Amino acid sequence: MRISVQTEDFDLGAEVKAISGNPKIGAVASFVGLVRDVAMTLEHYPGMTERAIAKIVDEAKSRWQVIDCAVIHRYGALQPNDQIVMVAVASGHRGDAFAACEFIMDYLKTQAPFWKKEQTEEGTRWVEAKAEDDKAAERWPDVRGLIPVKRPPSAMG
Amino acid sequence: MRLKVRILYFASIREKLGRDSEEIDLPADVATIAALRTHLRARGGAWADALAEGKLLRAAVNQDMAQPAAAIKAGDEVAFFPPVTGG
Repeated sequence: MRISVQTEDFDLGAEVKAISGNPKIGAVASFVGLVRDVAMTLEHYPGMTERAIAKIVDEAKSRWQVIDCAVIHRYGALQPNDQIVMVAVASGHRGDAFAACEFIMDYLKTQAPFWKKEQTEEGTRWVEAKAEDDKAAERWPDVRGLIPVKRPPSAMG
Repeated sequence: MRLKVRILYFASIREKLGRDSEEIDLPADVATIAALRTHLRARGGAWADALAEGKLLRAAVNQDMAQPAAAIKAGDEVAFFPPVTGG
């Protein structure tokens, strides 16, 4: 299990290889987020960030088979096309790997204390949180130990 | 021994307040996140603006996300920040 909050870039291939050693692993699903269009600076809450990510990973492990995983999130100054975040989940089968990877990303978006400030030609501006990110996180039912941004509907569909 | 809480501010809140942290004596009648927010807002000026009622803010107690009704006590680390935008 590797969680890192860092300014340096990361190598997805190396990270995937590092979590793939167990012979019970039959699938690794990974996601990489990139900076779109404009340069930005990412601020975070040292200490809480790592703790929040660990809680999200624990929640994923309680729902799906997660044999190993790596979550890396960068902070500081980033340029368009730079890598910001990666999640890789190793599991016995692809269903659990895909689901756990997507769950971790959805919750990271709404629970991990990062804030993006964009640098445009007109100046700098803090990026506003998106309602669709809340919705993406809310579609996972019965999340324990993590506080949903809004209370999800009491009955799911 | 004085009973203090450490308060941290992040992102746009930090910029509006011109500071990233402070320690205050916890008033006897301030026992929740919501009450602390009201207490700080009463300072007026940038505080009234940054912590304005109706403004969407998140809070954490001892580095865990916390709801407005969450209890706080002396020795806690409390943080106020805008909704997060990582990922």
